[in-house]
Amino acid sequence: MEKTVVSITNLLKQFPVGGDFFTALKDVNLKLNEGGFLGLVGPSGSGKTTLLNIIGGLDSPTQGDVHVLGHSMDNTSHNERARLRRKYMGFIFQSYNLLPVYTVFENVELPLILNNIDPNEREKLVSEAIEAVGLSHRRNARPTTLSGGESQRTAIARAIVHKPALILADEPTANLDAENSHHIMKILVELNKELTSSFVFATHDEKIMGYLKRIVYLEDGQIIKDETIK
Amino acid sequence: MINFLTKGLLRDRTRSFFPVLVITISVAIVVFASGFMRGMMNSLLLDTAVIFSGHEKIVTRAYNDESMLMPNDLALLDTGELIDKLEKEYPNFFWTPRITFAGLLDVPDEKGETKSQGPVIAMGIDFFSKGSRQIEIWELERNLVSGALPVNKNDALISSKLADKLNILVGEQVTFIGSTMDNAFTTYNYNIVGTFNLRKGQTDRQMMLVDISGAREALDMDNAASAIFGFMHDLYYDDAAVVALRSNYNNIESDSLDIFSPLMLALRDGNQMGTMVDMSNAMLAIMGSVFLVIVMVVLWNMGLMNGLRRYGEVGLRLAIGEPKGHVYRSLITEAVIVGLFGTIIGTGLGLSITYYVQENGIDYTKGMEALSNSSMVMPNIFYAQVTPDLLYIGFFPGVLATVFGTMLAGLAIYKREMSQLFKELET
Repeated sequence: MEKTVVSITNLLKQFPVGGDFFTALKDVNLKLNEGGFLGLVGPSGSGKTTLLNIIGGLDSPTQGDVHVLGHSMDNTSHNERARLRRKYMGFIFQSYNLLPVYTVFENVELPLILNNIDPNEREKLVSEAIEAVGLSHRRNARPTTLSGGESQRTAIARAIVHKPALILADEPTANLDAENSHHIMKILVELNKELTSSFVFATHDEKIMGYLKRIVYLEDGQIIKDETIK
Repeated sequence: MINFLTKGLLRDRTRSFFPVLVITISVAIVVFASGFMRGMMNSLLLDTAVIFSGHEKIVTRAYNDESMLMPNDLALLDTGELIDKLEKEYPNFFWTPRITFAGLLDVPDEKGETKSQGPVIAMGIDFFSKGSRQIEIWELERNLVSGALPVNKNDALISSKLADKLNILVGEQVTFIGSTMDNAFTTYNYNIVGTFNLRKGQTDRQMMLVDISGAREALDMDNAASAIFGFMHDLYYDDAAVVALRSNYNNIESDSLDIFSPLMLALRDGNQMGTMVDMSNAMLAIMGSVFLVIVMVVLWNMGLMNGLRRYGEVGLRLAIGEPKGHVYRSLITEAVIVGLFGTIIGTGLGLSITYYVQENGIDYTKGMEALSNSSMVMPNIFYAQVTPDLLYIGFFPGVLATVFGTMLAGLAIYKREMSQLFKELET
């Protein structure tokens, strides 16, 4: 039986706006099994990033049950959610967010340092992650000398280096040209095959749709279509 | 994590070099300004102490009552024994006899007729005793305009102003005309071996300096002195210590019923000197505090800006699971390291500059000429003063302000909306 990584039931998320509330997500039900490769697709304001935030423990639901890797996300402390993110999740951002004073190796090493992995093990895991994204030859380069594609590959290596169960990516190809976007998606597909990690993308980039195993369409905070790609 | 943060600190000049530079400069300025202000105030007090009062001064009660008249008939007797006792019981000070006397100086021409004549205020100080610091505290080697220092008891130095006025040349003999301590008429010949300029405005206008042995011989004051001056060894006036010693000494040694019993006076007991001491302390405290606050605001602001500038980095670290408290503490640790580093270098730099100015001074001669008609004892050269508190004063702005600034900026970490991280990290 496949292990459930994300389980969302009757999720409601509202934000206070003035004296009223804005409903960002409503009646959202979603399950993601281990090894999933899911895209949250929809126009701006459809609730993709809010849903990604809630799955990643960066925000709390107003109502409903959200379980990630067996942990309820609606009644855990900030530190507990930070621990879950640190140990079991990887993040890929649209703008790479590499730390400019550190090398590729050191940027990728950061999640392992936060997880108190010993230096020898870190060296091995970082080397593997960098090799997996094809950047072994740039391990000592600074982010300012990297191309956009190389930067995003470094960010991917940073997201996978601690072999997380769940990787969350917000518009990972939005800043890349078509060639680099396809290259990045091929890498992610490969990693999804090699690792047991599940991937959740928030995107409205048509170029990456073809790589997804499942697409959840969102509109005005509701799931309007949940499509599994054969 | 410490290694990781250290690498970041060393590589990112905006996190290390520039903050350290700003802290170093700020702390050096605070240290030097404090040292200079203290030195300047102490210079003013020391000038008065050297010429008029010592840090402490012992006179007879009767002499004190009529001190304006320089009444050497009321002078202290057996001063050798008195000084031995003072040195034994109060070793934090050095003690030296002083005879202050006034009279007429007669300058003869080659025929022995009076060439010129004028009033003189003479001071007999201890030039010759082993270990005497009179030449040092009067700064006579530096202040000598012509000639040399006295080597015989009847050698004298006169101020260049008096030499000009009476048309005296080095090598000439002059005659002092005055009265002995028994109020008998006296004349005594002094050889003028040099001229000096104390560079303290008009203070030395009529001044002549002789060795105390020559003064004693001229005034028939064997083993007597107008006063015994005491100075702290580092020449830095510590009002609290001086006042405590004066009170203690007078309680033990001074008899209010005996007009010839010794009476110790602190520098602040002189004419309006107490007000000046209090004012200088208050000025130091006010100027020091204002300056410290300004520097603290600058460094505080730098700590704030540094925290804000790393908004993106902090956001990333929070997003990938570093606890807020951990991020906050790491920023503070960095601020402590940068603050300590800058403060230590700044303190070293500030102390070096202060020490240099302590030894060499800053010459304000031209400025002081404008005040030449003033009767105030004003030094022409201001010296800084290295004091023990300069070792730690820089830590207040250097470490505390930087850390407080970072702490304040870091509070934003706790207020940060985690749900906005994805949005914030998009830009």
